[in-house]
Amino acid sequence: MAVASVRRNGNAHPLTKFLRQQGADFYLPMIGVIGFLVVWQILSSTKILSLPGPIQVFADERSRYLIFHPFYYNSPLDQGLARQTLISLTRVAQGYGLAAIVGITLGILVGTSKALNKSLDPIFQFLRMVAPLAWVPISLAALRQNEPAAIFVIFITSIWPILINTAVGVREIPQDYKNVSRVLRLSKKTFFLKILLPSALPYIFTGLRIAIGLAWLAIIAAEIVMSGVAGIGFFIWDAYQQNYVTEIIVAVVYIGAIGLILDRLVGFLQSKIAPANR
Amino acid sequence: MTTPVASPESFLRLEQVSKVYPTQKGPFTVLTDITLDIQAGEFICVIGHSGCGKTTLLNMVSGFVRPTTGEVRLKGQPIKEPGPDRMVVFQNYALLPWLTAAENVYLAVDAVWPEKSRPQKMAIVREHLAMVGLAEAANKYPAQLSGGMKQRVAIARALAIRPEILILDEPFGALDAITKEELQEELLNIWQEHRCTVLMITHDIDEALFLADRLVMMTNGPAAKVGEIMTIPFPRPRDRERILEDPTYYQLRNDALDFLYRRYHLDEEAE
Repeated sequence: MAVASVRRNGNAHPLTKFLRQQGADFYLPMIGVIGFLVVWQILSSTKILSLPGPIQVFADERSRYLIFHPFYYNSPLDQGLARQTLISLTRVAQGYGLAAIVGITLGILVGTSKALNKSLDPIFQFLRMVAPLAWVPISLAALRQNEPAAIFVIFITSIWPILINTAVGVREIPQDYKNVSRVLRLSKKTFFLKILLPSALPYIFTGLRIAIGLAWLAIIAAEIVMSGVAGIGFFIWDAYQQNYVTEIIVAVVYIGAIGLILDRLVGFLQSKIAPANR
Repeated sequence: MTTPVASPESFLRLEQVSKVYPTQKGPFTVLTDITLDIQAGEFICVIGHSGCGKTTLLNMVSGFVRPTTGEVRLKGQPIKEPGPDRMVVFQNYALLPWLTAAENVYLAVDAVWPEKSRPQKMAIVREHLAMVGLAEAANKYPAQLSGGMKQRVAIARALAIRPEILILDEPFGALDAITKEELQEELLNIWQEHRCTVLMITHDIDEALFLADRLVMMTNGPAAKVGEIMTIPFPRPRDRERILEDPTYYQLRNDALDFLYRRYHLDEEAE
């Protein structure tokens, strides 16, 4: 009795306290994940799905090795998944970085000039509808090498949301701020740095956040098609050719996790640089 | 006073000004036949029902709007575009939310005197924030300030660049009664020291009677005109309580009310 009352009065174990505070935030996602794994295992054990279940993925020698050795290295096309992922991420960084620079610059120009917007908008709207995979043959034909072609596919896939959102952000600068700039006769440079850029920043980040997801989707697609380049996309294709389905599932977990992390990373930058509450 | 025709050009002169906007249903006349002479250092309030073109009138002085006919001249020079010599305190403050109070004022000071050193400009910023009682809040962002404080920052920003004309578009409309009276008194004190010309839109007759040298009363729009100009004779510096005891105050107040609510009553909604 005495012991129980002491516990209730707040000397609970820190972990118990943590779990109680986190409550729904912690339990519910866990229940979701476990439920998902259980349903998957049942579907696969009952042969409704001809995929290996989570237990098989963990038990299988090849996929188990991949899980526990993310950094092993034998040859460019035979290395740990963390290394493969890093190679793909390097490509994404290049293509996405280029898309951000070109997209924001073009977006500002298009947002500032009505004539430029009218003349280019139809082309943008048309091009942004082209799927990443459709760009692969064009990009290969134009650039003739796998590596630049892969980077171009990421670039061309991820530039549109950046460009279009930046242009909207520039067009949506509140009239009040423009009036302040006019009455003070701010220089072009001051207007750009103190009004245009900060005003458009939330829009630019919206574009960047959509684009990072697209860029990551695009690299997987691009690597699957461009055989012979190291990277997590080609790893999946290679495993599929050799029918190592459990390996594919491990790689897909990597892809999903990295996509989630990338999205949260840009979201974090957004909350630091362009907080929504201002 | 001599007649405007014989006198040398007044400080600010609106001459036969009209403003017509083209619309799909044809031309829409906002203002017509406005002639107004304002002397340097005068405090002018403009009053009238919504839609009577008060803001348009002020925008022609600030230069955001060009008159369709007629001319607005400042010291004999026609006004063609906005400029810091006619600084505006905007209706909804128009502070940049990503800059602190001090940075907002600094932006204006820096734009007007780029040749001054940074310490000099900072000193001007501090002086004017202190003048409106916001020395403490210099490093706060607009989102952290109350409506009254934001309006103070906007006034500090406007006064820091020493405009020849200070234009205020219903600056205290959104504030509670107490803050409003405080700010009115601060504005008067500051104006007493600076002696810039003030042009201010208001909805509030008492505010106008307390602040202005002359009250410009507009007729109803469309095609609004200057209906009457009331001279407000109270000596300065003004004391609110003394004015409230003065029988002239009620005479003027009744005249203004009579103008607004009897002769130019707005049917749908009287404010």
